[in-house]
Amino acid sequence: MSGNMNLTLKVWRQKNANTDGKLVTYQVKDISPDMSFLEMIDILNEQLINKNEDPIAFDHDCREGICGMCSLYINGRPHGPKEKITTCQLHMRSFKDGDTIVIEPWRAQAFPVIKDLTVDRSAFDRVIAAGGFVSVNTGNAQDANSLPIGKEEADLAFDAAACIGCGACVAACKNASAMLFVSAKVSQLALLPQGQPERYMRVQNMVAQMDAEGFGNCTNTGACEAECPKGISLSNIARMNRDFLVASVASNN
Amino acid sequence: MSVLDAKIPEGTLEQKWTKYRSTVPLVNPSNKRNLEVIVVGSGLAGASAASALAELGYKVKVFCFQDSARRAHSIAAQGGINAAKNYQNDGDSVYRLFYDTIKGGDYRAREANVYRLAEVSSSIIDQCVAQGVPFAREYGGLLSNRSFGGTQVQRTFYAAGQTGQQLLLGAYSSLQRQVGMGSVKMYTRHEMLDVVKIDGVCRGIIARDLVTGKLERHFGHAVLLCTGGYGNVFYLSTNAMGSNVTAAWKAYKQGAFFGNPCFTQIHPTCIPVSGDHQSKLTLMSESLRNDGRIWVPKKQGDTRNPVEIPEEERDYYLERRYPAFGNLVPRDVASRAAKERCDAGYGVGTSKMAVYLDFAYNIKRYGNVEASKRNMHSPTEEEIIRMGKEVVKEKYGNLFDMYQQITGENPYEQPMRIYPAVHYTMGGLWVDYNLMTTVPGLYALGEANFSDHGANRLGASALMQGLADGYFVIPYTIGSYLSKEIATKAIDTNHEAFVEAENKVKSQIENLFNIKGTKSVDHFHKRLGKIMWDKCGMARNAEGLKEAITEIQQIRKEFWSDVRVTGTADEFNPELEKAGRVADFIELGELMCKDALDRNESCGGHFREEFQTEEGEAMRDDEKFAYVSNWEFKGLDAEPSLHKEELKYENIKIAQRSYK
Repeated sequence: MSGNMNLTLKVWRQKNANTDGKLVTYQVKDISPDMSFLEMIDILNEQLINKNEDPIAFDHDCREGICGMCSLYINGRPHGPKEKITTCQLHMRSFKDGDTIVIEPWRAQAFPVIKDLTVDRSAFDRVIAAGGFVSVNTGNAQDANSLPIGKEEADLAFDAAACIGCGACVAACKNASAMLFVSAKVSQLALLPQGQPERYMRVQNMVAQMDAEGFGNCTNTGACEAECPKGISLSNIARMNRDFLVASVASNN
Repeated sequence: MSVLDAKIPEGTLEQKWTKYRSTVPLVNPSNKRNLEVIVVGSGLAGASAASALAELGYKVKVFCFQDSARRAHSIAAQGGINAAKNYQNDGDSVYRLFYDTIKGGDYRAREANVYRLAEVSSSIIDQCVAQGVPFAREYGGLLSNRSFGGTQVQRTFYAAGQTGQQLLLGAYSSLQRQVGMGSVKMYTRHEMLDVVKIDGVCRGIIARDLVTGKLERHFGHAVLLCTGGYGNVFYLSTNAMGSNVTAAWKAYKQGAFFGNPCFTQIHPTCIPVSGDHQSKLTLMSESLRNDGRIWVPKKQGDTRNPVEIPEEERDYYLERRYPAFGNLVPRDVASRAAKERCDAGYGVGTSKMAVYLDFAYNIKRYGNVEASKRNMHSPTEEEIIRMGKEVVKEKYGNLFDMYQQITGENPYEQPMRIYPAVHYTMGGLWVDYNLMTTVPGLYALGEANFSDHGANRLGASALMQGLADGYFVIPYTIGSYLSKEIATKAIDTNHEAFVEAENKVKSQIENLFNIKGTKSVDHFHKRLGKIMWDKCGMARNAEGLKEAITEIQQIRKEFWSDVRVTGTADEFNPELEKAGRVADFIELGELMCKDALDRNESCGGHFREEFQTEEGEAMRDDEKFAYVSNWEFKGLDAEPSLHKEELKYENIKIAQRSYK
């Protein structure tokens, strides 16, 4: 099924991390409003391949908004114009015929470009490796229902745990801060009894790694929360700051 | 024909695993430090196996093609994970979970493995809760359960519609903990492109660094393939775009037998195809069938707005055909019933290839429950519906949002349109009780193996199997092999077997670039997918399968003479990755059709039109086909040879499956 939208795309092309990139203009025709944004790029890529040109490299995998792999900065907004969705959930009905769409990669010092729209987000993995876990070996666990957890805490922990690690918060932030990402994991575990034994050590270690990766500072603009596809709340950052303060006071004593 | 030894331990069903665990040879901690294990894939099976083995002290390397271990497609599982906890006091037990799984699989799974799966299911929930996985809870603080298809108890644990995500993030955090401690070395954006064998034993892999394009050689005393299923052979499926068969296929070509390749699960509740541009299909969780009722109009070609069709003019065909299980029949049964209605002309939507999944009834029911909870004595209709919608939103909010994003329709106001789509593959590499393939030292875990689901998997059992294999099975069973390997020193990767394997991979990559044809990789993938869906999909027949085999052979020929792969080998090149995967899918498709053609019966997801009852139910032939078909690679243009593992049912009386 082909549609009737004709669009101008300005896409960031960059051969690799060591070369400069630039915006290149492409035209796409007969786009259907029922197509997803990534399917529209698929069509452009098919055109490029037919012309024997290099297709645009972009990260994507599940195409249902949960893996966190897709990462496009569309018309100046991470994951495009709509709220609480990822790029792969964005459909062309959100645009209109004749639109010009600018597509760039996440921009952050800690997320270097690999090629075109693909960036390296392994900094997030290293932050988790620094403390984003409960230290429990396989087989240690007691019966799951021997630890009742109030529904409210459980729901709050779940809301924080819904983070998909896409990096939109970093891309949205003028300082390229990763506070929303880091605080979501810190909060999930701080809200649960399982996370208590390592609570203060965890926040210190994760924040230290976050700083080492070159993410910027938080200046409370709230852009991260506004652009988060999973609606992760700023209150997580407040919780992390409190825990960090408590941890710092305790370790100074 | 060789006899396959599944190495099932002696003793009664209930004693096998307990006895095995107490007697399996162990490796002492100082030897574990010198034993290297390669894990390919970082989903539930891979991440849990890698972290559990690293905790024990083995040196572990993990490979995944995504940019992070957390992206693996397990993350997309929605509905839940089964466990025989019996927290609901509704009659669940290890035996009942075992029985439901064997029956759900249409009596084509191995008893001993399935019983073990049911036994360890409880520990999985304990482990995940200890990691901080935020499962849904009741107000009293204890864990909540819901129902899934093919069972009459509530044994499914869940975290809204994101259970896979939460379980995977739990396993991922355990894995990252080991990475931080230096006991796991993680290789993201790496793809395994071959298995290296020395003297018939698996000794490592060849992997490509997807960023630099460099080929790498990695030694391991054992290699674990945790690489998921191959549903993308159909092009359109609920799998992630990158999900592929390559690792399993390379293993097959190195001598690992492929078990039951034709057993594919077609999931009944997916968002229907909307056009040719479509790149993937999206699942609407089976948990929706708890509260959604499936129907089509009683009149053919009825184009009225569904909310205007009165109750008496609707055909709730699952409730009609299967009164005992109703909307909660297993997936294969529900999918075929939807196809039957649509083929008969009762389908809805523009394509007429869809049925309704309707929440109106249960929205009202929940609204009434809320009203009485809140002591409202005469609530208005609007109040009831508003409160009911709130309840449904809490249970399935993310799924409803997803549906609205994709279709532009509001499922709170009108029924969802759904149709079956390819979702999971029960077939996979044949493994014995230890999860070892027919190549010594090479294991397969999770969806990548064939083992536990027979001809049809029950909902919420994939997560259970992935984590069972990784956390609680392989840490024991690998000991029986590695205990004999303690004298094997790490092999230098300059060994000729590694050099040869790398050269083979290199020349395949060069071949792909040298074709310089005219058609894109996707062109071939789409053609293959269409043949597979039409002729080896929800219904199959001998004639169609024979045609499919010829057509797929033709596609293979054209692919290798006319595919166009842009770019170069020494850079980040997603087109090259796709080309390699599609080349393998083409070969696999042919084997799936051959397997489907060999199995002259209908069972579970494998429905051969020639073999059905008068009522249109699957007709098994236990006399002739109570076996696992295992295919041995004999060369690309030679016929694969079939090895049968006979299935013996000593604890369950094999019977025709009935959900009526």
